[in-house]
Amino acid sequence: MKATGTVFKYGSNVDTDVIIPARYLNLSEASQLAKYCMIDLDPTFVQRVKPGDILVAGPNFGCGSSREHAPMAIKAAGISCVIAPTFARIFYRNAINMGLPILESAEAAAAIAEGDTVEIDFDTGRIADATTGKTYQAQPFPPFLQRIMESGGLVGYVKAKRAAGKKG
Amino acid sequence: MGMTMTQKILARHAGLEKVVAGQLIEADLDLVLGNDITTPPALKVFEETGAGTVFDVEKVAIVPDHFTPNKDIQSAEQAKRIRLFARAQGIVNYYEQGEMEMGIEHVVLPENGLVAPGDCIIGADSHTCTYGALGAFATGVGSTDMACGMATGTAWFRVPEAIRFELVGKPSAWVTGKDVILHIIGLIGVDGALYESMEFTGPGVAELSMEDRFTIANMAIEAGGKNGIFPVDEKTLAYLEKYAPKRLTAGTYRIFRADDDARYAATHTIDLAKVPPTVSFPHLPSNAKALGTFPEVAIDQVVIGSCTNGRIGDMRMARRILKGRKVAKGVRCIVIPGSQKVYLQCVREGIAEDLVEAGAVFSAPTCGPCLGGHMGILAEGERCVSTTNRNFVGRMGHIRSEVYLASVPVAAASAVAGRIAGPDEIGVRKEG
Repeated sequence: MKATGTVFKYGSNVDTDVIIPARYLNLSEASQLAKYCMIDLDPTFVQRVKPGDILVAGPNFGCGSSREHAPMAIKAAGISCVIAPTFARIFYRNAINMGLPILESAEAAAAIAEGDTVEIDFDTGRIADATTGKTYQAQPFPPFLQRIMESGGLVGYVKAKRAAGKKG
Repeated sequence: MGMTMTQKILARHAGLEKVVAGQLIEADLDLVLGNDITTPPALKVFEETGAGTVFDVEKVAIVPDHFTPNKDIQSAEQAKRIRLFARAQGIVNYYEQGEMEMGIEHVVLPENGLVAPGDCIIGADSHTCTYGALGAFATGVGSTDMACGMATGTAWFRVPEAIRFELVGKPSAWVTGKDVILHIIGLIGVDGALYESMEFTGPGVAELSMEDRFTIANMAIEAGGKNGIFPVDEKTLAYLEKYAPKRLTAGTYRIFRADDDARYAATHTIDLAKVPPTVSFPHLPSNAKALGTFPEVAIDQVVIGSCTNGRIGDMRMARRILKGRKVAKGVRCIVIPGSQKVYLQCVREGIAEDLVEAGAVFSAPTCGPCLGGHMGILAEGERCVSTTNRNFVGRMGHIRSEVYLASVPVAAASAVAGRIAGPDEIGVRKEG
């Protein structure tokens, strides 16, 4: 699987409160949440984002609240991948569980600039900045997490396991 | 090489003799929690799993505490959906506003005897790590994990490394668990314990009340931690005798101790006697400053409550400072007990009366203002001293409002002073 898009770049410790503030948590549909994605950090994000675009940020992306509304909003806004040196752990597992592609690369996160065009090969973890011509290699996911992601997220994994259990 | 407390609990629940940091495991769960914000997305996912029924009606807890009593129509609709789900599934630990078991999730689950040492708990709320105070492994997750946990009774985990906090000494006057954890987060940063377990140990643990320990474990997530955990001692057992007697009698708990040769990524020695009353400035919990080391900060609002500081000891402390005094003109002081039981105790002990006479708002249990939900939202430019756990941009309202995190004594004294202040500055003497 591959993705290509324009980069939106943000700083360190982007918390889930700014990704989707609590005043919108009386909504639980992804398409509704997407309308307010990043609103307290970048009110122009929603108007500018196009399907396939890429979020690049500093360390500890997605810290704070466990609200899965945050990765839901990002995915439904059209973002194809989030690249950061590190992710807050609940955001990390939420992204894997619900199928928002994320990649850890300190180098890529530091070097890629706002507005760059970036191509990602998810099978190899290779990140190519078409604007600068530089490439980066993201940390590979452990096989178990790859299996969850290949199942389309945790639900797919649980369903597959249930099906296997019934057969056995 | 030995295992940490957290690793031992995870190994036991994964049916393994031994686990090592970094290993990915699937563990059996003793409790799966959700609230009125995180449960609605989980219901859709639960349906997709095809499970039909939850794995154990006694091991799922659903606590509608964030936007309740319902703040608007959409919140009411969400609360209704989870109420109907809980009813259809026969969830034993679903609580309705007003019931004696009801309140803020992380205050009521221990109070209701649902947490015991050695448990493995996930909650679709980041402050689920609170239960580590009782020697349990408890961690925050999202709605998909909650849904799959309800369906299967299991969750996947990456076994964490641990950072050890060796607590020594005894806290000084007016220094609480809140100051200890704000001080620690200031020391290591908001990602200082990223993906890791925070294990609190050492002789200083005995100097901390159970409420102090709940507050400290509660905020492990604010340092990026997967969980915070305390060893089980006499105070823990006394707490369990009072709140979880059935678990004690039935013996359905297990006390784990870290191995002597357990490996830690780092060890920090924290001398509790040297921890000052601490305030975390906007907009990160790690922006911690010792009281008295910064210029005057005038305030508009004070919030005392939340899963961090909404227990009876917190209410008693608020009364001690506010009784016979007045909230400063122009300051709103909002006090929110963490549960119906705490609320009732406040009424019985005359705390409610003293707080109301001091000029405070005294509300029913809710997470409300902590996350900018309702019951105390801030306007542009307003400043609030709060005993809650986060001070991110816009957390409690307008993106140009400010939240200063503090202990109950500092928050209450600030309400009287109209600026950030300690109890000494308004003439309250520490007893004993």
